Amino acid sequence: MHHLIDRRLNGKNKSAVNRERFLKRFKSQIRDAVARSVKDRSITDIERGEKVSIPVRDINEPTLGHAQGGVWERVFPGNKEYLRGDGIDRPDGGGGGQGNGGSGNGGGGEDEFAFELSRDEFLNFFFEDLELPNLIKRQLRETITFKPQRAGYTSDGTPTNIHVLRSLRSALGRRIALTAEPLRELNEAQEDLDQLLETRDEHDPVVKAAMERIHGLKARLGSIPFIDPFDLKYSNRIRVPLPTTKAVMFCVMDVSGSMDENKKDIAKRFFILLYLFLTRVYEKIEVVFIRHHTQAFEVDEEEFFHARDTGGTVVSSALKLTRQIIEARYPSSDWNIYVAQASDGDNWDSDSPQCREIIANQLLPALQYYAYVEITEGEPQNLWYEYEMIAQTHAQFAMRRIKDPSEIWPVFRDLFSKHPEKAAA
Amino acid sequence: MATSTRPSTPREEPVAPVRQPISTGSEWNFELIDQYYQEIKRIADEFGLDYYPNQLEIISAEQMMDAYASVGMPVMYNHWSFGKQFLSTQKNYQRGMMGLAYEIVINSNPCIAYLMEENTMTMQALVIAHASFGHNSFFKGNYLFRTWTEADAIIDYLVFAKRYIAECEARYGEDKVEELVDSCHALMNYGVDRYKRPQKLSLEKERARQAEREVYLQSQINDIWRTLPRRAEEAQADAPSRFPAEPQENILYFIEKFAPLLEPWQREIVRIIRKVAQYFYPQRQTQVMNEGWATFWHYTLMNKLYDEGKITDSAMFEFLHSHTSVIMQPGVDSPYYSGINPYALGFAMYRDIQRICTEPTDEDKRWFPDLIGKDWRKALDFAMRNFKDESFIAQYLSPRLIRDFRLFAILDDDENPQLKVSAIHDDAGYADIRSMLAAQYNLAHREPNIQIYDVNTRGDRSLTLRHFQHQRRPLANSVHEVLKHIARLWGFSVRLDSVDDKGEVVLSYECKMEKRGGFF
Repeated sequence: MHHLIDRRLNGKNKSAVNRERFLKRFKSQIRDAVARSVKDRSITDIERGEKVSIPVRDINEPTLGHAQGGVWERVFPGNKEYLRGDGIDRPDGGGGGQGNGGSGNGGGGEDEFAFELSRDEFLNFFFEDLELPNLIKRQLRETITFKPQRAGYTSDGTPTNIHVLRSLRSALGRRIALTAEPLRELNEAQEDLDQLLETRDEHDPVVKAAMERIHGLKARLGSIPFIDPFDLKYSNRIRVPLPTTKAVMFCVMDVSGSMDENKKDIAKRFFILLYLFLTRVYEKIEVVFIRHHTQAFEVDEEEFFHARDTGGTVVSSALKLTRQIIEARYPSSDWNIYVAQASDGDNWDSDSPQCREIIANQLLPALQYYAYVEITEGEPQNLWYEYEMIAQTHAQFAMRRIKDPSEIWPVFRDLFSKHPEKAAA
Repeated sequence: MATSTRPSTPREEPVAPVRQPISTGSEWNFELIDQYYQEIKRIADEFGLDYYPNQLEIISAEQMMDAYASVGMPVMYNHWSFGKQFLSTQKNYQRGMMGLAYEIVINSNPCIAYLMEENTMTMQALVIAHASFGHNSFFKGNYLFRTWTEADAIIDYLVFAKRYIAECEARYGEDKVEELVDSCHALMNYGVDRYKRPQKLSLEKERARQAEREVYLQSQINDIWRTLPRRAEEAQADAPSRFPAEPQENILYFIEKFAPLLEPWQREIVRIIRKVAQYFYPQRQTQVMNEGWATFWHYTLMNKLYDEGKITDSAMFEFLHSHTSVIMQPGVDSPYYSGINPYALGFAMYRDIQRICTEPTDEDKRWFPDLIGKDWRKALDFAMRNFKDESFIAQYLSPRLIRDFRLFAILDDDENPQLKVSAIHDDAGYADIRSMLAAQYNLAHREPNIQIYDVNTRGDRSLTLRHFQHQRRPLANSVHEVLKHIARLWGFSVRLDSVDDKGEVVLSYECKMEKRGGFF
C-alpha cells in the first residue's frame, strides 16, 4: 500500500518566518553590509535585489568540539606513494589533518556569509531611519478625501448591504421568543387531550373543544414568519475623512560646463538616491526636476538623469524657475515643499548674492527644507560662502560638501536622518 | 538470479530479454510513478525487504529548500538558524554550486519520501528505490532506529513542539524563547542518552503529562535546593559527597531536571530540543550504513529493472551517471576531497559482503569464515540490523576494500615535528586501518567527552563540568561561547575542567554569573 500525494500546491514559503527571524536578528550587521555594498557602486543598481554578506563569526552557532593538538590518528583514502613509517612535514598552519573529521564540507573556510536580499528588503534596510524633515504642515485641503470604514450593523440600509448571518440570527431569536408561549400552551393542550381521550369518546364536545384549541394554537404558531423585515440587519459603513499630506520635492541640478562628467555622475547618483528614497517612503509625493546652466528648464525624470548639455552657470535662473513653479502650481498653504540642489559651487560671481537673496527671502518662507550639496574637491567659492550665511540664520537650510562618490551615502544619510530636535525646530 | 543483479559482469544470456520498458521519455506523470513504484516494490519484495508503508510526495524545488532548511522534517519549530540554513541553501542552489539532493526521506510511519517535480522519470524511480525501499527498510530494521526513535510518533511530536514553542513565544516574547533555543542548540549533541533507552513519544501522553510534569519538576528542584535543615541521618551522609553522585553525560537532561531558576515552560522547551536531538542521534551514528544500504538497494533494484527490460538503455545510462557521481571517492590529495564519502564506503562495503558470500577469495576465507557460502541476502540483512557505523566497519571492512580505497593512516602527534604514516594497505596494516577507521566513526571519539561533574549545592550553586581528555586533545575555542550558554541555562556560574589521562586537571574554563537574572 502506498500514497502518492501532490504537495506542490502547498505553500512554498515555509521558511519565510525563519528567514525573517534571521534578518531581524542580524539587523545591524546587515545594515552595515548594505551601506558598504552601495558605497562604491553605481546607485542605479540599488533598484535590484542585493547580495550582502556578513561576517561568519557573528552568525556562528557554537558547539563543543576539538581543536588541533594532542594525538590524532586518522584514516584517509587515495594513498599513492606512502609506506608505513614515512614521515610527512606538517602542512602550513600547524594543522595535522587535511580533512577535519569530514565536517569541513563545501566551501569551508569562507569567512563571509553571503545571501540575497529582495529589492524591498534591501531598500528597507537602505532607507531605514531616514525621513523628510519637518513634514508637519497643515495642508488639509478643502476637498478632503474619505475612506469607507466598517462600523457595526444597523437595522436599515440598502439591500446590497444585508448581513445574512446577523439577520438570520435575529430572526431566530425572534422566533424563539414568539413561539415559546404558544408552544408551551400547545404542549399542555396536547396532554389534556390525551388525558381526555383516555376516558371519553372523540365526539365528546369537551374533546372537540380541546382539539379546536390545539388547532388554534397550531395556526398561531404557523403564522409566525420565518423572517420578518424587522429582523433584517445591514452592515454599516461610515466615511472617515483622511488627512492628506501632500509634498513636492524640487530636484535642482547644475549641468554647466564646469560640472565635469565625474561631478555630474555624483550629482545624479545623489538624486537617484533621493528619488528612490522619496518614491519609497512617500506614496504621494510629486517630484519636479530642474536642470540649469545659464538657463533653467523643467524636465522629466528621464531627461534629468540622462540628457547632456552644457553651458555657463547662473544658479539664480534655477531658483527663479523654482519660485515660479511654486507660485503657479504648489501654493505653500497646501503643500509641503522641499528643495534639493546639487552644484559644484561654481557660479557667476555677481549672481551669488542674488541667490542668497532669493532663497532667504522668497523661497525659504514657503519651504519645509532646503538641502544643498556641493560637489567639489577645491576650495569653497562665493556661492558656498553666501549659502553659509543663510544656514546660520535658517534652521531649515542644510548644506554639505561631497568630495568623492564614497561620500554620497554618508552625506545623504546625514541630510535626511531622523533628527528629533531638528524636526521640532 | 543472483548473477543478474550484478551487471558489472558481462551478461551471458544468449537471448536478450524482450524490452518492454514502462516508459521511454524523461517526463513523469502520476500513472507512471505508480507503475514504477509497483514494479520496484515487486522486486523489493522478491528480495525480502521489510519496510514501513510508503508515502510519496511530489514537491517543488522551493519546497525542497524549505524542507532542507528545517533539517528535512515536514514540521519544525521556528528559529533563525533554520533561516540561515535556508538562505545558504538558496544561494548555493541559485548560483548552481549545488544541485539539490534528489530526495529527502523521513523516518516516520508511513515513511515519507519527497520527489522533486524537476526530476526526470528515471530519477524519480531512483529516488523511490533509494528512499522508499532503501532508507525505509533501514529505518525499520536497524537496531538503533528501533531502539531510539519512534517512527509512529515523530510527526505528531513535532506538531506538538512547534505549537508549544509558538505559544511560549506569544506568551513570553520571541526574544526570550530564541535565547533559550540558542542555548539548547549549542548543547544539542550533549542532550542525548547514549545508553539508556528513552521513553516512547506520544502526542497524547505528552500533552497530558506536560502539566503534571511542570508541577512535579518544580517540586523536584525545590528538593535539591532545599534550605531547611535536613534530618540528622541525611546530614551525616552528605558531608563529602558530590551532586550528582555519578557524572552525567546528558547535559540538557540534567539542566531540564535540576537547573534552579528555569521556569516550567523553559524546562519544557529544553526537553523538546533534547527529544529532537535524541531522534536524530541514530542518524548521526549510521551515516555510512544507512546511505550505503540505500545506495546498494537503488543500484540492485534499478539493475534488476533493467535486466527485466522495464527501463530503456538511455534511462540506464542516466541512472548510472548519477549513481557513479554519488559514490565518487576523491583521494586525499584531490581538491574535491572532503572526507570519506559515506555513500561510497557504505555501498562498497555492502557490495563486498555480497561478493564475499557468493565469490570468496582465499583471503576472504581467512578474514570472514562466517560469511562464506551464506545466502547474501541474509548476511546483508543481518549486517543492516545489528550494527552501527563503528561496529559495522570493525566487523566487515575487508582487506580488499582497504586496497581498493588505498586507505592509509596518518599519526599526528603534536609532540613530534613530523606526521607519520602509521599504516597502509598491506598485510601489516589491514587490521590497524580497520580498527582506526572504526574508531573514527565512534561519536564518543569525535566529540569531546564532557560530563556534568558537580554542583555546589551548599554555596554559590555553581555547576562544574569535566572534560575527560582523550589523547591530549584540547577543546576548540568555541568552548567559551558554549559555557556562556550553559551558564544562561543554569543561572549561576559554570566551570569546566579539562582532565588528562591521569585524572589531573590541566585546564579550567569559567563563566561567572554574579547575580541572578544576568541572562534571563
